[in-house]
Amino acid sequence: MDMNTFRGLMTAVLILLFLGIVVWAWSSKRKPDFDEAAMLPLEDEEQEIGTGGLAK
Amino acid sequence: MDKSNTYNDTVVRQFTIMTVVWGVVGFLMGVIIAAQLRWPDLTAGISWLSYGRLRPLHTNAVIFAFGGSAIFACSYYIVQRTCHVRLFAEKLAAFTFWGWQVVILLAAITLPLGLTQGKEYAELEWPIDLLIAVVWVSYGIVFFGTIVKRRIKHIYVANWFFGAFIITVAVLHIVNSLAIPVDATKSYSAYPGVIDAMVQWWYGHNAVGFFLTAAFLGMMYYFVPKQAGRPVYSYRLSVVHFWALISIYMWAGPHHLHYTTLPDWAQSLGMVFSLILLAPSWGGMINGMMTLSGAWHKLRTDPILKFMIVSLSFYGMSTFEGPMMSIKTVNALSHYTDWTIGHVHSGALGWVAMITMGCVYALVPKLWGKERMYSIRLIDIHFWIATIGIVLYIAAMWMAGVMQGLMWRAVNADGTLTYSFMESIKQTYPFYTVRFLGGVMFLVGMLIMTYNVFKTIGSGKSVQAQPVPQSA
Repeated sequence: MDMNTFRGLMTAVLILLFLGIVVWAWSSKRKPDFDEAAMLPLEDEEQEIGTGGLAK
Repeated sequence: MDKSNTYNDTVVRQFTIMTVVWGVVGFLMGVIIAAQLRWPDLTAGISWLSYGRLRPLHTNAVIFAFGGSAIFACSYYIVQRTCHVRLFAEKLAAFTFWGWQVVILLAAITLPLGLTQGKEYAELEWPIDLLIAVVWVSYGIVFFGTIVKRRIKHIYVANWFFGAFIITVAVLHIVNSLAIPVDATKSYSAYPGVIDAMVQWWYGHNAVGFFLTAAFLGMMYYFVPKQAGRPVYSYRLSVVHFWALISIYMWAGPHHLHYTTLPDWAQSLGMVFSLILLAPSWGGMINGMMTLSGAWHKLRTDPILKFMIVSLSFYGMSTFEGPMMSIKTVNALSHYTDWTIGHVHSGALGWVAMITMGCVYALVPKLWGKERMYSIRLIDIHFWIATIGIVLYIAAMWMAGVMQGLMWRAVNADGTLTYSFMESIKQTYPFYTVRFLGGVMFLVGMLIMTYNVFKTIGSGKSVQAQPVPQSA
């Protein structure tokens, strides 16, 4: 394969990968997990509400 | 209580104290070399105290001793709190502390002696490089070991930033430090000519991108939400800008080599990637700032939050300025002038040091079991002295830099240079005076912080180990 074709394809693959990450991050399926994760820095102040449901 | 049910805060406390100590040392070195530029005969020609030897001591002290200790402290604190486990490998964690301090002491001895590899931000000679590599791998084992045994399913975004930073710095350090030793104190780079320059700036710029950016973003992603009392503005944005930031930073290094013998295409590539970097950088800045939406009133009463938000403002400013300066036509004016020094310090003082100070102020009372810092008023005074100091510093360097760039490129009708280099130095002296004053203010602020921190630690009851939350 011509080197420049390869470079073009690589660029396309990386753009698709980036768009894939965006779609993944914004999918509604991820939202509950992300909401839970976002609370992690705040929980050790009030431990009794913090850990519920977060354990593995 | 069983030890494994408590957090390992000993190593965090050690690194926190050394952050403050090395901050004072590093800023003092900066003030000394700033004075040397204004008053060149200051150190009476003593070779150990010459500018060329103290300058790397200043950069190593602020980046690796002050910044490095802050990163170790905060990453060890955050990874335990967000994973709900005690730090992995107790002894290895202690080794990272003592090992890192030995590295710093060796730097403080060898650099004034003039022992150097001559690579910016990678000056230390090969035996010290080996010790750094061992300490760094140990750091990786402790950090990722803690991640592996975590009791929380999700890996919090701050840990992603720390993880990327630890892996990348290991790769950068080992590749850039490859050298052929001649004897115990002298070595030559393994790379020839322009390849050596490219490897050096691939290292150098990613030291900025990962050591001084990714790691401190990790600190920001934990302490800004904590201090604001609300979760990060957009967790989704944090994920996307993380992946964008770490994949783009890798390619921006060539902008340090504009108009050199580096192939032109590589220079342009570095410029384009530097321009793209604006997007993920501002993603992080906006995410941090907007975390405060609905809680802006807290800025009125909480000087710690002020440190954090002003640091994010400087982060936004310097990550706009950086891409702009990487444009080749702008760089033709700015390169080798004091504008670059102004840019670096808007990032280093404004972003890195200010977010570190904010995080240390937030951390110290928690680590020593106090309700709050000894004096909130002194935090506020520190904030204002430091902020005004930074503004004096960077405004002076901007003006000096643009003036130097214009003087160096001015030509007469017959094509000869209008000004000699000495004339530009002479014109820079007033700005060097202002920069010195700005630096002194920043150092005074750090001394106030030191007093406040030691007063906080010294007061009241002794510390109890904090328990790991036990889930049902």
